[in-house]
Amino acid sequence: MRGAALAALVLLTAAPPALAASFDERAAACLACHGPNGQSLIPETPSIGGQPFFFVVAQLFLFRRGGRSNPVMTEVAKPLTDADLRAFGEWVSKLPPPPPPTGTPDAPSLERGRALAQRRPCASCHNPDFSGREQMPRLAHQREDYLLKSMREYQRGTRIGYGAAMTEELHGLSDGDLQDLAHFFAHLPRP
Amino acid sequence: MTASTTRRNLTLAVVLLTWVSLALPATAQQQSTPAPPPPAKEEEVPFWAVGKPKTGPGAAMAPVPAFPIATPADKLPIAKMKVPPGFKVEVYAANVLDARGLRQGDKGTVFVSSNFVAGKIYALVDKGGKREVKTLIEKLELPNGIEFHKGSLYVATPKAITRYDDIENKLDSPGDPAKVYDQLPGDIPHGWKFIKIGPDGKLYVPVGAPCNICDPPSDKYAHIRRINLDGSGMEIVARGVRNTIGFDFHPRTGELWFTDNQRDWLSEDLPQDELNRLTKPGQEHFGYPYCHQGDFADPELGWGKACGDFTKPAALLGPHSAPLGMRFYTGKMFPGQYHNAIFIARHGPWNRTKKYAADVVVAFLDKTGRVNKIEPFLTGLVENNGYLGRPVDVLVLKDGSLLVSDDHNGAVYRVSYSNK
Repeated sequence: MRGAALAALVLLTAAPPALAASFDERAAACLACHGPNGQSLIPETPSIGGQPFFFVVAQLFLFRRGGRSNPVMTEVAKPLTDADLRAFGEWVSKLPPPPPPTGTPDAPSLERGRALAQRRPCASCHNPDFSGREQMPRLAHQREDYLLKSMREYQRGTRIGYGAAMTEELHGLSDGDLQDLAHFFAHLPRP
Repeated sequence: MTASTTRRNLTLAVVLLTWVSLALPATAQQQSTPAPPPPAKEEEVPFWAVGKPKTGPGAAMAPVPAFPIATPADKLPIAKMKVPPGFKVEVYAANVLDARGLRQGDKGTVFVSSNFVAGKIYALVDKGGKREVKTLIEKLELPNGIEFHKGSLYVATPKAITRYDDIENKLDSPGDPAKVYDQLPGDIPHGWKFIKIGPDGKLYVPVGAPCNICDPPSDKYAHIRRINLDGSGMEIVARGVRNTIGFDFHPRTGELWFTDNQRDWLSEDLPQDELNRLTKPGQEHFGYPYCHQGDFADPELGWGKACGDFTKPAALLGPHSAPLGMRFYTGKMFPGQYHNAIFIARHGPWNRTKKYAADVVVAFLDKTGRVNKIEPFLTGLVENNGYLGRPVDVLVLKDGSLLVSDDHNGAVYRVSYSNK
């Protein structure tokens, strides 16, 4: 898994500027990790399909300026121009959203997650169907392990995001709560 | 596509999404399991969300983002801004991504802080009437708080305060900073700072509440403290302060005046944000989290508390209006009525369906030091229920003109006056 990520990194960074890869080649490198059609098969690597344009641009921007840290993405984002941010943002936002995962969800955890998501203002920003908008990501059918990893990072303040909203909203939740929320968003029943 | 057209398109997208999402809940509810939610554990009941709207426009409020690319100079909303007769607004500097706090050095350098988006400190240097934007320091975590004092630039993040000495002679290479103070809790929510050195020579540093509404120990959070410039001698001067991102000292009395942002999610029009005046340092509590806007007890934490037991605001600045930077006017350029009046930048609400503010207002004080009126000063940045720009801080330049930072566009404007 890590090998694939590194291969993509080499692919992206090895080409000298004079032989800069075409947009399609660079986009293919994204999907080496983020999966066919932007649906990730790699643990703790997010599905990117259907993420809002603004969210994608903001995350690439944060990786580029060092405001969000990930060994692969930090390298990937370094050479990106403002025009690249827009182009990748538009491309990613048009990839299809990920389908629900196969397998049976854990009913009690799903229900606890649903109740928590209803009491918290999650839907206010992420939309009632958790499809995301503007700087706020799509949560529906995201990888459960990635959702949990992200919420833990927000809660610890190791990831801040494009504003402090998530560190504030997760204040006071237990790790079990985060697990239930991740389970709920990952397995969200289709309306 | 320009940043502003992108924003317009995004706004349109949000309007559409909101419209679509309003139609969704009924379907979603039909599909959901009718089983009642399990009894909530004590710690997972977010009392601040009680009464939070589940449908309608109130359910679709979210922080209003600025695009991560600064608006080009020729696309800035200069023509939209309105100021009183005799005043003029111009672009002082463009391409200052996420422009937040403003300070001026002894030699005229204007320092600009930024926050989440840029994480940088900039220096604006005059180059033949145009400003060169230098990135002075980068990769900082929420470096919103800056102060200039005796040749040094102080920089405050949620965790620590550092000092760059002789900074105006080191604009190309500031070097490593000296440590001033690191006894801060470092929480991210309301952890970003506004700092200022008072007439007593001490550095005033707020520590916000680490949440929207909660009751943290008042010696750790939700207060303003002051320290000696070597970091020693910490004392708390004001308690019950939720999140102040702007204060200044009265030019004659030396009293601390500060803006404070009140809690979210209560209602469209409650509570109002505050302008406060501290007359007895160390002895006053301004109400948070028990009492908001001086007369409104919190629906959860206010039971058993009397608003009369807390210091009332000097003035109310509107619901969720997000007053940030403020400065007493000490210059000579503006007409006499502005002398010692307070200019206040209001960022404009996100936690309100109807957007307003995003302006600079001016509070006039009477002879006893009470606020007798508040007037709009720089307006015109709200259009179609969205923001064309969002003022963050104000600064009286040595020539008496007023700078205004705008983090939405990444720009600094200059307001000047001429009676000719």
